[in-house]
Amino acid sequence: MKKLLTHLDWLESEAIHIMREVAGQCSNPVLLFSGGKDSLCLLRIAEKAFRPGRFPFPLMHIDTGHNYPEVINFRDKKVNALDERLIVASLEDSIKKGTIVLKSEEEPRNKYQSITLLEAIEEHKFDCCIGGARRDEEKARAKERIMSFRDEFGQWDPKNQRPELWDLYNAKVHKGENIRAFPISNWTEMDVWQYIEREKLSLPDIYFAHTRKIVRRDNAIVPVTEVTPAKNNELIENIMVRFRTVGDITCTAPVESNADTVEKIILETASTSISERGETRLDDQVSEASMEQRKKEGYF
Amino acid sequence: MKKNTNDTVLRFMTCGSVDDGKSTVIGRLLFDTKTILTDTLNQIKNTSKKKGMTEIDLSLITDGLQAEREQGITIDVAYRYFSTGNRKYIIADAPGHEQYTRNMVTAASTAQLAIILIDARKGISTQTKRHTFLTKLVGIKHIIVAINKMDLIEFDEAKYKSICDNYKKFEKIFSSLNTSINIEFLPMSALKGDMIVDRGNSMDWYKGPTLLEFLENLDTTHDNKESSLRFPIQYVCRPRESENQELHDFRAFMGRIESGFLKINDKIKILPSGNKSSIKEIRVGEKNINEAIPEQSVTVTLTDEIDISRGDMLVHQDDSIKAIKNFTGMVCWFSEIPLSINRTYLIMHTTRTSKAKITNINHKINIETLNHEEANELKTNDIANISFKLAQPLIVDDYNENRGTGAFIIIDETTFHTVGAGMIQLLD
Repeated sequence: MKKLLTHLDWLESEAIHIMREVAGQCSNPVLLFSGGKDSLCLLRIAEKAFRPGRFPFPLMHIDTGHNYPEVINFRDKKVNALDERLIVASLEDSIKKGTIVLKSEEEPRNKYQSITLLEAIEEHKFDCCIGGARRDEEKARAKERIMSFRDEFGQWDPKNQRPELWDLYNAKVHKGENIRAFPISNWTEMDVWQYIEREKLSLPDIYFAHTRKIVRRDNAIVPVTEVTPAKNNELIENIMVRFRTVGDITCTAPVESNADTVEKIILETASTSISERGETRLDDQVSEASMEQRKKEGYF
Repeated sequence: MKKNTNDTVLRFMTCGSVDDGKSTVIGRLLFDTKTILTDTLNQIKNTSKKKGMTEIDLSLITDGLQAEREQGITIDVAYRYFSTGNRKYIIADAPGHEQYTRNMVTAASTAQLAIILIDARKGISTQTKRHTFLTKLVGIKHIIVAINKMDLIEFDEAKYKSICDNYKKFEKIFSSLNTSINIEFLPMSALKGDMIVDRGNSMDWYKGPTLLEFLENLDTTHDNKESSLRFPIQYVCRPRESENQELHDFRAFMGRIESGFLKINDKIKILPSGNKSSIKEIRVGEKNINEAIPEQSVTVTLTDEIDISRGDMLVHQDDSIKAIKNFTGMVCWFSEIPLSINRTYLIMHTTRTSKAKITNINHKINIETLNHEEANELKTNDIANISFKLAQPLIVDDYNENRGTGAFIIIDETTFHTVGAGMIQLLD
């Protein structure tokens, strides 16, 4: 009798199992939700894991204040449709409190998310944050556990991780420490798109091809927005683009594309020659170790 | 890469020391299956140049952390992915030196197959012996012995065959560990790319499959010998607060099938209580299904109202399995703080965690000689046979019969670190 799960069913089943372990072991978990495609997969998995009951955790968005309005609209609509609780932890609040000090207004805010996240963890006493990070995204991620231990300062110590064997996840922590749980660790960008297609998940419009004003700067396409204006001598073009990742405006670049459906995006993903972060995350190009550094400082 | 959603998953690990060309093999698999994208490749080209190399060093693909790049070593198990359209592959890449046993055992715990690399110039080494011992200990059912660096012995068939023969001879020593495993041999040159994805043209005498062909055609459907139903309850769904009246008394039990099959109307019992009922509904998300298969996460409702909580196990009514409070297992110790026979530890097994005391360290295994030795404590990377006494009963199987219900981890009660892992051995 040949009965094996297909790769999408297997990945989904593993992710459900991980989420239920969080629910079973942790007393006050939270799911990090940005409105991005990976966290939308997490919400679908949470539905499959816990319905007809409610999610045993609230959702939380770390809001940098630099968002595409359609993503925020989408986020709110999604939360309403699910009838679950959303906490918004805002970088602006940390800036007002003085816990985040920007070097300049235009500075990319991604790395400061860690500070707001750690403050929210402390305020709400969360013992586990579920995130949508994947190991194929980046080489520091490739070495991270599915349930990754962080100390009181939110730090990841790559040399001293808890061994993780079979499907036995040790999520035990002391007060103040926490676990970052990554149910879709074993998914690739392709798996995510295939899952979105199969489950017919809706996404914010900016994931699909649309015309947008951009400038070309240092080999990247930079969208022209209020927080990322064109510089004096730059040529503003109006071209067809889509976003492969959605984050803070100042560090997320779109790619040239005509793919306006999930199916076309899958075909494009299959034939692309550049990785997701390499192409679209301006903050990961700074140094070979930038993600690793951010994670050590509490980034998820 | 083809777009396919009906493919299955295969998880494998690679065992080898730095010099066996392990990273090059993985780099080659990823490179030749076109998994490496341009920007990553450019990064690797730059680094190769900086190091003064003339060719691209494919082993750099698997380089991870800053500290590792600085020291030119691997610290931790890394996971890599590639897909052929026929299968999605997850590679556990375990370093061969630092924290050696711990990393090997961790990588092996989720692998279905192990590739053991042998340097063709050196033949079978102490490392090969250890790799074979550990993969068998952790219950891997398929081993590919890859004789690498054939280019450095002029692709000599006779030398290849004598290494294979030597391996078969010494492998017999371990036969007591694991009854039936499938061992395949393969000559290769990861550097030249021969017999990994492409055949190359230097070894026409070898007629067997390439490494990728082995992986693509491997049948894993019979790996788990245990076909009895094991369904540990992870979470109980009780949507009481709902305004929906129908849901007011609704109770469902959630978990993942560790082994066996679960069908609607199946007569089941809950362990350890022994309460009986039968299956009313099986759901995956909103969808009702008739049968759940191994590794599937499901939500189940029963025809009777019985008390069930996380940590309980659902099995068929005619199953003779019982909850036990004493067992013996092979333990790998990970922590820098030695295992102390006087302390109490936590044992996590399926979805249940119990306090445990050590009743005896029966013997320690010398990983060089495989001899049994007496021991009063265990240090990092030690492997020993230990008897435990539990505070709460566990529903266990022999690890060789069932990985899911035969495996456990040991947690330090004070630090909460995972300090060890074990495989249960039941005496008939």
